[in-house]
Order: sequence, then structure tokens, then C-alpha cells
Amino acid sequence: MSTQIGFEQPSYLEYKGKYKGIFSWILSTDHKRIAILYLFSLLSFFAIGATLGLLMKIELIAPGKTIMTAQTYNAFFTLHGIIMIFAVVIPGLPAVFGNFFLPIMIGAKDVAFPKLNLLSWYFYVTGVSLVLISQFTGQGPPDTGWTFYAPYSFRTTGNMLPAVFGAFVLGFSSILTGLNFLVTIHRMRAPGMTWMRMPLFPWTLYATGWVQLLATPIIGITLLMIIAERTLHIGFFDPTLGGDPLLYQHLFWTYSHPAVYIMILPAMGAISEIIPTFCHKTIFGYKFIVASSIAIAFVGYFIWGHHMFTSGMSGTALYTFSLLTFIVAIPSAVKVFNWISTMHKASIDLQTPFFWAVGFLFVFMIGGFSGLILGSLATDIHLHNTHFVVAHFHFIVFGGTGYAFFGAMHYWYPKITGKMYDSRWANTGLVIFFAGFITLYGEMFFLGMKGMPRRYYDYDEIFHTGNIFSSLGAIVMYFGLAVIILNLISSLRNGAKAPADPWGGKTLEWTIPSPPPTENFEEIPVVTKGPYDYK
Amino acid sequence: MENEKNHIIPYKTFLYVLAGLIALTLTSVTLTQISLGTLTVTIALIIAAIKSSFVLRIFMHLKFENKMFSRAVIGVILLLCAVITITLLDYLNR
Amino acid sequence: MSTILVTHRDDLASKTGMWLFLFTEMLLFGGLFIVYSVYRYRNPVSFHLAAKELSVFIGTLNTIILLVSSTTIAMSITAIQKKNKKLALLLLGTTVILGIAFLVNKYFEWGEHIKEHIYPGSSVLALRGHGDVLFYGLYFFMTGLHALHIIIGLVFILVIATSVYRNKINSENYVLLENSGLYWHLVDLIWIFLFPLFYLIT
Repeated sequence: MSTQIGFEQPSYLEYKGKYKGIFSWILSTDHKRIAILYLFSLLSFFAIGATLGLLMKIELIAPGKTIMTAQTYNAFFTLHGIIMIFAVVIPGLPAVFGNFFLPIMIGAKDVAFPKLNLLSWYFYVTGVSLVLISQFTGQGPPDTGWTFYAPYSFRTTGNMLPAVFGAFVLGFSSILTGLNFLVTIHRMRAPGMTWMRMPLFPWTLYATGWVQLLATPIIGITLLMIIAERTLHIGFFDPTLGGDPLLYQHLFWTYSHPAVYIMILPAMGAISEIIPTFCHKTIFGYKFIVASSIAIAFVGYFIWGHHMFTSGMSGTALYTFSLLTFIVAIPSAVKVFNWISTMHKASIDLQTPFFWAVGFLFVFMIGGFSGLILGSLATDIHLHNTHFVVAHFHFIVFGGTGYAFFGAMHYWYPKITGKMYDSRWANTGLVIFFAGFITLYGEMFFLGMKGMPRRYYDYDEIFHTGNIFSSLGAIVMYFGLAVIILNLISSLRNGAKAPADPWGGKTLEWTIPSPPPTENFEEIPVVTKGPYDYK
Repeated sequence: MENEKNHIIPYKTFLYVLAGLIALTLTSVTLTQISLGTLTVTIALIIAAIKSSFVLRIFMHLKFENKMFSRAVIGVILLLCAVITITLLDYLNR
Repeated sequence: MSTILVTHRDDLASKTGMWLFLFTEMLLFGGLFIVYSVYRYRNPVSFHLAAKELSVFIGTLNTIILLVSSTTIAMSITAIQKKNKKLALLLLGTTVILGIAFLVNKYFEWGEHIKEHIYPGSSVLALRGHGDVLFYGLYFFMTGLHALHIIIGLVFILVIATSVYRNKINSENYVLLENSGLYWHLVDLIWIFLFPLFYLIT
């Protein structure tokens, strides 16, 4: 069933090697199996994070206590943030689709260091486990927010050590993935695949790899400093000992701002794969998209202070960070222009992945524009730490990385599973999800402008109506998510058999069977053309 | 790309470099004992940078590797310097 | 199902991977250099005075120890390339002994301070003022993290030496020896900067 004419190899799902049963998965160094391991663990953690989010919104549907105490609310938004950021959107596309498709799209049999790849998954699961353990031990779960700001993070009696150390371990997972992808791309491209013939998803994984490699160690050392502060009272961030809490913020955001480019660049890469395929047209401005990916990764290192405009930084720092923040918007705009230009006069095949791509463009633009409003010093003074910020980052991170993830999920589902998903349920789920998403987060812009703070358990009555809308949106969105995911799960059993190339894609993954055999290619291909060679 | 496989650095080269590194170390110690004000640290750091370039280029073989490696090392160093500079932009102007 | 069949060994990939890992170490310590820069700028006098309490002699000795150890491990690669297994093992052994000597010196240095109740979190240190707290906090954290990396490096070198002994690493296949050398040189490089910043800012 998994073999195609001329192909004698079993698929990667059926391959029988040294180990049996579950061990053939958790001890496998096959990049495709590791991708599936990541997929299952990531979706499980996403389910936990999403449920926390839903419960928070139910709490916020009315002022005062609704279903939980204030302390629980603080613990919930902390865990929600840690899981969503460190366990879902940062690993996100690279760990799942990068692992599965990078070697295939460049014509390789695996990544450069398959054992390190498996190790990165072990670090991932260990890190998240430590974070989850922090909920149930010590004197209560962490309540600092995922940002662990000093001095509260070393003064709180909440159980910070496992959570902070868990985040540290997750950093190793990210670094190893980035390192592996960088070497893979440098050394293992198929004969004839020059840099400028490489598809755009691998290009974004390349740019992202540098960010994973060079930014993550900074948060690593910063988290170690928090641990030193809590255990040794070392004094780096403690004002009573001479430390500056603001330095913590500098160090934290020096990583966490580039981290958002880890989240979004592969997402943009996936969108750059989906759009040409369903437009049956080569991508507009390939070189500009490559250049803008590198530019975003580069400029993104120098703008972290825009998270700190109201913190007490010097005027010079304020102006510098604001200016550089505006500059980083330019390469993103270049990409949006190129994607839309690709669609211009194209013969579009209206399929689920394309709908997700269009949804991405819509919400990413809203998220991006709201970012400019926040990047502007004067308006930020009013909007900082309000729900406007919460809306901004959910539009751009959930909207950006999330929509791209779901788009990629549906785009590559036939290749990964060998089945077709049910497109009516997929599209229905998408519409419900989208309606809920826009209501939930769109309303937050208005709540924020009116002055509702973020991370507050309670609020003034003037915000009540807006919160009702927003929380109802959450329930609708959650329901939409359930439809989408259940459809993908049920299609595993009930879906039609997928051909090698259901969409008419031109990149290398569509030339091998669905699902792929363990070694990907019977023979390493020789590449003679660019990646989106339509007509 | 495998040209360094044929390239063997003679033992003597390493010993000469070591002698130079020790000389530079002793120089920086001596110079910093003389009080030169704010220039002291700058000189010490410049000497440290010179020592590093020997370690990088000879001991770590960068001189004989593909230029890509040297460029990456320089890039990382510049990145670190940029981040330190921008952070100090805050502190110097408060 | 274990490893995918690799049809040829790619030494350049292995070396590239090691260099990329070294970059992460540079950024890791880099974060501490950021902290050092800020607090040195804010407490120039205290840092200057506290630095005088460190022993320039031991610091210089340790610097030279590491420089020699870098030389010996670099020379061990030449030895392997020239098929001189005995010399390679001798040089690797010397590297390890020098590394241990560094750690022993550090142990005594730290011991002196701890005897005077100068260590992170001590009330004696806190009473001396903010600048001293930060200087010694950075001193213990940075040299401690560095010492941890020396220990890791020594373990790595011992494992590699075993492979040399067993001829798994030889004149045809020595990229792992090169990689262990790269790691050790990085440890040396970090100390080349730690030394002036803590001992020579007098």
C-alpha cells in the first residue's frame, strides 16, 4: 500500500529496523520519525496551552472572580506563555516540518547529524516535563509570567527553579536543531542544487538556524543568572545588592526578540511554498524573498529594546530601538508584496492550504501594523502592557506561525501520512476557527486602547462588554481548532489514498512516494532547474 | 575543501607562537602595573585580541581553512560587540 | 531502526558542526561579558580596587598554563598526521595534566576568598558595597563557568585519547581530535579575556 510502481522500499512508517514497537520510534534517528515525535508532543503541549488560554478567557468573561482565584490566574498565564512560546511556536515549524522536509527538499537522505537530531527531541521533552513539574512541587506554580522579570522572579515563593531550568534545557533543543539544519544545508544539498536553486522553506530554515544558534545562548546564560540569584543571591539583578533589574530585561529580550524571528521566518517559508503551488506559478521575486529573510534575521538582533520603552531606558536607547524597529518592517513588507504579486493573474486552485495562506496574509498584516503602532514611542506609552499588546502578538505569532503551521499541516499531510484529509471539514473548521480568532483577539485591540491592562485578573466594569465578546470568540475558536484537529486525526483512518503529487507541486518532496520511504530517494536527484519551475 | 588534510603545521611553528603568546602575556601584565589611567584596560584588551588572533589563526587553523570560517568568526565577534554597544547606549545615557 | 546509512564520512561537516557549537559558547560567555561591561561602567572604582585583591601571579601562571596546554594539543594533531601515536598520546596527556593544574590553582584561589567569607551571597561581601558584590559575583560566576568548561574539555580529551590509543583516531581519520582541540582552544580564548578583565584592571 505504501509502495509505488518501481519503488521497492517500505515507507518510513512501516520500516522494520533494530527496534520494535514504541522503541522503533523513540530510538529512531530517521528525521521523518523524529518530526512525527515532535508533532505529537508539540500538539499535546499545544492542547494544554490552549486549554489554559480558554480557562483564562472564561475567567475574564466577567469582572471579579469567575472560576479561579487571582493566584491561579497568574499561574495560568505564566504556564500558558511558557508552553506556547518555548514548547510550541519556537520549535514549531522547524522541529516538525523542517525535520520532515528539509532533507527531502534539498535532495538528501537525512540531516547532517541524525543522532543529535534525536537528542534535540529528548531535550525538548525533558525541558517541557521540567516546566510541567514546576506546577505540582514546591510552594506553588510560577507566577511571574513567561518573561521571568527580575526582581520578582527571584523574590517570589513560586516554584521557579524547575520552570527556569526547563526553559534552559529547551534552549539546547533549539540550538541543536539550528546547528543540524545549518550544516545540512551547507553540506548536503543534492548535486546541481546551488544556493539560488534551493526552495524558500529551506532558505528560511537557514536564516532561522543562525538565529537559533546565536541568540539562544543569551537566554541560556540569563536563566542561569536567575537560578544563581535565587540560590546564591549573586546580586546581578537585585537592586539591594547593586544589580539592575533593567539589565535582566535587556538580556532577556536580546534573545526573546530574535526568538520571534525563529517563530516567523519558517512560517514565511512555508507560505512561500504553498502560494506558488496553488497558483501554479513561480514565486515572484525569489531573490528578494531570500534577501529579505536574511535581512529580517539580521536586523532582528538589534531591536529588542522596543519591549522596554516604558522601563526607564535612556532617551538615546529609545530613539535607536524605535528607528531600527521600523526598519525591520521593510523586508517583511517586501515578502507580502511578493506573495500577493505571485497570486496576480495566477490560475488559483482553491484548496485548504491556500486558504490558510490567505488567512495568514490578513492576520499577519494586522499584527504587523499593530507592531508599528507599538514601535512608535508616543503611542507605546499609552499601549504598553495593555491588551493591545496581547492582541498584537496573538495576531502576529498565533496568526503568523499558527496559520502557517496549520497551512503546512494540510499542505504536507498527504506526503506525511499517505492519505488525503477531508477538505470540507478542514475548510469548515478553518472558517469557525477564523471567526473565533478575529473576535477573540480583534476585540483586544479596542480593550487595550481603552486602557485595559494585561495580566490582570480583574478589571473595571467599562471593559466588561468587550471581554464578553472576546471570551465568546475564544470558545468559538477553540471549537474550530477541535474540528480541524479531529478531522486530521480521523482522515488518518478514513482518508483517500494520496498520490505522490496531489497539488501539482514542483519541489523535490512531490517526486517521491506518499508517504516517503525511509531513505527518501532511491537515487539522489541531480537538480538542473530552479525550485518553482511552472510551465 | 580538503586542502588542510595535506597541510601539516610543523611543531616549531606552534612553539614560536607559544613564545609570542607568553611574551604578550608578560607585556600586558607589566604594562598594566604601570598606571596609565583609562588607557590601561584598552591596552590589555588590545593585547588580548592579538593573542586571540594567534590562537584562532594558528592553533585553531583558521588561516588555512576555507575563508567561510574566518568570516563567520568575525561575524559572531562583531555581533557580540554590537549587542554590548547597544546595551551600553542605554547605560551611558541615563 | 538506527542510523540512516551514511555513504561517506564528511569531515568538513563535522568540523563545521564543531565551529557552530563554539559560536554558541562564545555567545554564552558573551552574555556574561555584557553584564561585566555594564557593571564595570557603573562601578569603576570598586572594580579597580577589588581587582587588586586578586593574585596577578596566579592569574598569569594560569594564563601561561592554558597557553602551553593549547600548544600541546595543537601539536598532538601534527603528531597524529605524522603517524607518531606515542607523541600524540604524550602531548594529550600533558594537556590534561596542565588543565588539572589550572583547576588546582583555581581551587586554592577560590579557597582564599571563601576563607575570608568572600563569596556570592555572603553577608560579609554584601557589607563591602555594591561594586564589590558585583565584581566578586561576576568573578565567581565567570571563572566558575569557565572551570566547568575546562572539566568538560578534559573529559572530552580523555575520551579522544582513548580513541587514539585504540587507533580509531589515526592519520587517516582525525577530525574528532581536531574538534577536541577546537573546544580546548576556545576554553583558552575565554581565559585570555577573563584574565585582563579581572586581574589587570588595576
